[in-house]
Amino acid sequence: MSFKIKATMAFSGLAFAAGAAVAAQPVIGLITKTETNPFFVKMKEGAQAEAKKLNVKLMTASGKKDGDSASQITAIENMTAAGAKTILITSVGDAIIPAVKKAQAKGVQVIALDSPFDGADALYATDNYQAGILIGQYAKAALGDKPAKIAMLDLFPGHPVGAQRHNGFMKGFGLQALDAKSNDLSKTAETVCAGDTDGDQAKGQTAMENCLQKNPDINVVYTINEPAAAGAYNALKKAGKDKDVVIVSVDGGCAGVANVGKGVIAATSQQYPLKMAAMGVAAGAEYAKSGKKATGYVDTGVTLIAAKKVKDVDSKDVKVGTDLCWGKK
Amino acid sequence: MASKKNIPWAALGPWIALLAACTFFALQTDRFLTPENFSLVLQQVMVVGVLAIGQTLIILTAGIDLSCGMVMSLAGVVMTKFTMDMGLPPVLGIACGIAVAALFGLLNGLLVTKIKLPPFIVTLGTLNIAFALTQIYSESQTITDLPPTLTFLGQTFTLGGTEVAWGTCLMIVLYALIWRGLADTAPGRHIYAVGNQPEAARLSGISVDRVLLGVYTFAGVLYGVAALLSVARTGVGDPQAGQTENLDAITAVVLGGTSLFGGRGILLGSLVGAVIVGVFRNGLTLMGVASVYQTLITGILVILAVTADQMSRKGAR
Repeated sequence: MSFKIKATMAFSGLAFAAGAAVAAQPVIGLITKTETNPFFVKMKEGAQAEAKKLNVKLMTASGKKDGDSASQITAIENMTAAGAKTILITSVGDAIIPAVKKAQAKGVQVIALDSPFDGADALYATDNYQAGILIGQYAKAALGDKPAKIAMLDLFPGHPVGAQRHNGFMKGFGLQALDAKSNDLSKTAETVCAGDTDGDQAKGQTAMENCLQKNPDINVVYTINEPAAAGAYNALKKAGKDKDVVIVSVDGGCAGVANVGKGVIAATSQQYPLKMAAMGVAAGAEYAKSGKKATGYVDTGVTLIAAKKVKDVDSKDVKVGTDLCWGKK
Repeated sequence: MASKKNIPWAALGPWIALLAACTFFALQTDRFLTPENFSLVLQQVMVVGVLAIGQTLIILTAGIDLSCGMVMSLAGVVMTKFTMDMGLPPVLGIACGIAVAALFGLLNGLLVTKIKLPPFIVTLGTLNIAFALTQIYSESQTITDLPPTLTFLGQTFTLGGTEVAWGTCLMIVLYALIWRGLADTAPGRHIYAVGNQPEAARLSGISVDRVLLGVYTFAGVLYGVAALLSVARTGVGDPQAGQTENLDAITAVVLGGTSLFGGRGILLGSLVGAVIVGVFRNGLTLMGVASVYQTLITGILVILAVTADQMSRKGAR
C-alpha cells in the first residue's frame, strides 16, 4: 500500500515536472503544403530560426503534395493533441476548415501563412493581386506602344492565388480585370490564349506551344510561377521567338531570379516565405505569453525583380533578388 | 482462348475516336490540320507515349504499374545530376539513369513473382519510394544548364518543311519494333499467353516468372528512355516531373483498347490513345476552350473504351 502511494507520488511528480517543462516552452506547429518544395523549406528555416530565438518548441508536418488536405487535417489533429497552442498552416484548400474550427474550439490559435482561408485568426501572406499588378505594369512598359497579344499561363481553375495573380496582372497591364476577391479569371481581346500549367515546367511548355499554334504573334506571356515561365521560354526558343516576347512571373525563387539574370524571364514578383513563418512563430510566442491572439492580414511584401529597368516602374536588380531568394543560389 | 485478332471494336475504337476528334477540330479551326501542329502534338505525347509502351506490356500480363512516372522522374534526376554534379560523361550519365529505372523494374518484377504480391500494391510502394528518393537526392531542385547530349532528342530536323523532333522518331521506332516483337517472336507471344491463362502457359512449358521478370525489367528500361525524352524536351532534370504520368500512361493504354484483364490488346493502340489525349489538349486550346474539358472528355472516353473491352470479352466467351 505505502509502496503504491509512493510510486504514485513519484509518477505525479514526474508528470508535474514534464508539465512544467512544456508550460515553460510553448509548442507551435507548422504545417506546409509539401516537405520538399524550396519555398516551404525556406519557410521552415525561418520558423526554426525564430523558434530558437524565442525558445519555443516547433513541430512540423506537411502534405505529401499540393492538394493533400487529408495529411494536413491529420497534422492539425495530432498537433492539437500534442499540446500545440498555435498552428501555422499553408492551406492546400478549404477542406481543412472544419479541422481548424475544432482546433480553435480547443483554444488553439490558427494562423494562415501564404494561402488564405476563411476562419483563420490571422493571415501572413504575399498580396498576390499586388504581385500581379507589378508584373502587369512592367510588361506594359516593356512592350511599349505595340498592340498586346498576351498568353496567360495559369495554375488550374478555381484557385484563389492563381486568380489573384492573373487578375492583378491584367489590372496592372491596364486591361479590364476582376477584383482581388474574385476566383474567376478575367478575359479580354488582348489575352489571345490561356492554358493551365499546374505550375509545372513541362506542362507550361506544352501550354505555350499550343498557344503559339493558336496565335504565333504573342508578345507577352504571363506565367503563374517560375517553372511555368521556364517551360514557356523553352517553347518560345524552339519556335525562334524568345527574343521578341516579354515573359513575366511570380515567386522569386533562386532558380527564377537566376533566369531573370539570364534574360529568360523579364521580371518576377518576389515573395518572402521566411518572413511569413518568422512572423507566425512570433505571434505564437506572444499568444503563449500574454494570451493575446493575432488578428487580421499582414502583407509580407513583394518586390519586383528585373534585369532591365523600365520607365515609371520601380524594380530591383538581380543581385537584390538573389540575396533574398529561396532555394539553392 | 480469345486471340487478339477477333476484337475489332477494341482494336478499331481508338482509331475511330482519333479520326472523329481530328475531323471535329479541323472543322473548328484552320490552325489544327497542319503538319507542324501534328508534329507538335507528337512531341507533346512522346514522354507519355514511351511510358505507355512499358505500361502496355505489363497490362498485357494482367498487371499494372503505378510507379512508372515516378521511376521516370528519378531516372531523369539521376542522369542529369550524375552528369552535372559528378561530372560523368553525358552518355554514361544517361546509362546510369536508365539502369536505375531498370533496377526499379526488376524490383517490381521480383516482388510480383517471388513474393507473389499484387502488382497494384507493389508498384504503389515503389511509386512512393521512387518519389521520396527523387526529392531527397535532388533536394527538390531543378537541374539546369545541361549539355547538348542530354537534350539532343528534343532537337528537331526538317522533313518536307516540317520540324520533327528526334524524340518523336525514337518513340515511333520503339513502337514499331516492340509491336512486331510482340507479334512475331516467342517471348512476345509468351507475354500474351501469360496474361490470358497463366496456368495454361505454365503447363505448356512457359516460365511464367521469367516472362514477368523480363517484362517488368524491360518496362523499367523504357521508363529510363522516357526520362531521357522528358529531360530532352524540357531541357532540365525536373524532380516535379512525372507526378500524373502514371495515370496518363494507363489512360493511353486503356484508350488504345488493351484489356486491363490481360492477354488482349495491340501495342499501336496505346500510341493512338496517347495521341488522342494530346489532340484534345491541343485542339481545345486552339479553340480557346478551358483545358478542364479535356479532362472531362478523357474520362468519358476511358469509360467507353473499357465498356467496349468488356462487351467484346463477353462476346468472346
